[in-house]
Amino acid sequence: MTGLEFMGVSVAFLTLLGLVLAVALAVANKYLFVYEDPRIDEVEAMLPAANCGACGTAGCRNFAEKLVAGEVSPGQCTVNAKDTNVEIANFLGVALGKVEKRVARLACAGGRHVAHIRASYDGLSSCRAAALVSGGGKGCRWGCLGFGDCGAVCEFGAIAMNRYGLPVVDVDKCTACGDCVDVCPKDLFSLEPISHRLWVACKNHEFGEEAEAECEVMCTACGRCAMDSPEGLVEMRDNLATIDYSKNALASPVAIERCPTGAIVWFDAAGKTFTKGRDAKKIIRKEALPVG
Amino acid sequence: MGLLDLIIPRKTFSHGGIHPAEHKELTAGLPIRRLPFAPELAVLLSQHRGAPAVPIVKVGQEVVRGEPIARAAGFVSVPMHAPATGVVRAIEPCATAEGPKAEAIVIEVYQAAPQQVLYDGVVDVETLTPDEIVMAVQEAGLVGLGGAAFPSHVKMKPPKGKQVEIVVVNGCECEPYLTCDHRVMLEKTDQLLRGVRIAMKATGVSRAMIGVEDNKLDAVAAIQAKLPAAGGITVHAIETKYPQGAEKMLIESLLGRQVPPGGLPADVGVAVFNVGTLAQMGELLPRGRGLIERVVTVSGPGVQRPGNYLVPIGTPLRFVLDHVGAKPTANEVILGGPMMGMSVASVDVPITKAVSGIVVYERDDADQKHRFVFPCIKCARCVEACPMHLNPSMLGELARKRQYETMEQQYSLNDCFECGCCAYVCPSNIPLTQYFRIAKAINREQKVEAAKAEKK
Repeated sequence: MTGLEFMGVSVAFLTLLGLVLAVALAVANKYLFVYEDPRIDEVEAMLPAANCGACGTAGCRNFAEKLVAGEVSPGQCTVNAKDTNVEIANFLGVALGKVEKRVARLACAGGRHVAHIRASYDGLSSCRAAALVSGGGKGCRWGCLGFGDCGAVCEFGAIAMNRYGLPVVDVDKCTACGDCVDVCPKDLFSLEPISHRLWVACKNHEFGEEAEAECEVMCTACGRCAMDSPEGLVEMRDNLATIDYSKNALASPVAIERCPTGAIVWFDAAGKTFTKGRDAKKIIRKEALPVG
Repeated sequence: MGLLDLIIPRKTFSHGGIHPAEHKELTAGLPIRRLPFAPELAVLLSQHRGAPAVPIVKVGQEVVRGEPIARAAGFVSVPMHAPATGVVRAIEPCATAEGPKAEAIVIEVYQAAPQQVLYDGVVDVETLTPDEIVMAVQEAGLVGLGGAAFPSHVKMKPPKGKQVEIVVVNGCECEPYLTCDHRVMLEKTDQLLRGVRIAMKATGVSRAMIGVEDNKLDAVAAIQAKLPAAGGITVHAIETKYPQGAEKMLIESLLGRQVPPGGLPADVGVAVFNVGTLAQMGELLPRGRGLIERVVTVSGPGVQRPGNYLVPIGTPLRFVLDHVGAKPTANEVILGGPMMGMSVASVDVPITKAVSGIVVYERDDADQKHRFVFPCIKCARCVEACPMHLNPSMLGELARKRQYETMEQQYSLNDCFECGCCAYVCPSNIPLTQYFRIAKAINREQKVEAAKAEKK
């Protein structure tokens, strides 16, 4: 064959191949076509693309699909500004849907100035790493280790460490995505609706003096809060005051008044600041306790 | 031991390993001495791998030294024996080296008691069948005394379909500072060889190899001198290199066999026992006794009188440190060796069967403040040092990005046994081993959670 023939065969072959594949694609497009609501893309564009999971779905795309399907309501996105959610509701012609704001709350109040430290941990600066070395240096084995894994993992910058080495949640920024809940090696965070105003800021399961030796603001399981609150609202379980939030409507600041350590607190209506009871000991120390 | 030994390089594993400063001279020449009894001993119910033991004594009951006080809760579990004559003061949660408190039997020791082991019964080991030996080993409460504390009798019963053909005895003691196995090999050679024969009989093999690092040639000579001519037992000096004492490394050094990833020594026909374990086996089994004390090396720059001590199980760490005279400047206590051991946050924890050494440091605080972590410079020293042929550099990078699943699935994270070679050689001070520990812990947690979710 001459050079020209070679070229002719190549061109003919490739053209044929192209035609066959084009027909195959056209047929596939016709018969294997999956209809997708174009509104999904538009709704997704209005969502924050944070993929945080706070709404309870697997991400913003999944949330958009469920929105269009009518399984969820736009108000469930806690990251978006309210106006944007209203926009989505108007676009889809559905109700905004009201979801109560939830925030991450820490069940520990034992900062450096009140919690006894057995040994200083020196190593990789991470709660997770410290927890693997003899459970961390803290006297209370349930307590916050204070290396700020939660702050590092928070995508919304809602958690900052205070001067006592405890994370403080910025209620306005918190979207209740639950990343801090997952990352904490001591399982101290939980997501609570802001209507849960009564809160036990302790997870220690020890009793009385034994508990107080480890931390000054610990639940000593004296049971006064349980006595002072309506039947069943607060119970002592395994030496720790436990609130039954199904009876949240009965909650009142009366329960905290006689707490000797201030382990049980009452949040304000916005869930931002809390008050301790009248009998709670006043902590005036600012500096850290000595190690040992 | 001739001129040839100088020319022929000693056997070792094929890849990786490091040579940390040994510091063994502090205690290697000191004979084993008995530590006095502490006023109170706390025997943890879970000081071995597997199910925690179940107490069989009541509070207020008097116990005789050596008497069983807790029974095994299943096959992978061992009983506990009273380390001293006294009275059970309480069965209560007690601080542990791992952190969380765990149940322990607290025995108040009778100070005037002669502390003889009165609870025993002579057994003729020669007449026992292999199954009876396995039972006797479990009843003696024997666990791996090298540090892992895996019940010894479980190793004697390889999983179905696997055949053990050789017993490897681990006398490497590659951790710096530790000399307890060295002293046991020198002072309890007879018991050790008896233990080796018991292990051989229980597993039904005719060959046993004792591997000893060549920094302990006196131990090799001592064992050699007592070896019977036709016993099937041989002793080998192998290169001094950390982590020679890891069982997978030792098997490769002695036999040239590699344990498959995720596998057990039984997969290559081997059962590995520590010399300390076998010496105790040889001592306890013929007398029908239980494990109530162990040899612990107490050493390090923070100790005034370092040495090898025979410590009753359950002795509080504080009591040991008081006895050996911890310096007031001492500020870090490690249970186990400095490479794989763990710092403890409290000196109130009791000594368990797993504690082979107590290393006390007095660290200069100023020095620690200068231990910055620098970025990885891709020098690959960690890759060179890893005895498991892993890529710690890549694993570390993935850990920093929290890609724990990728680490496990694509970079064989689970083959890492946390020997610490990578972090030791890293010129950038990257805490690689700590990263891997975190990654493994998180992966374990997630698997548990996934299993829970599946059940629902």
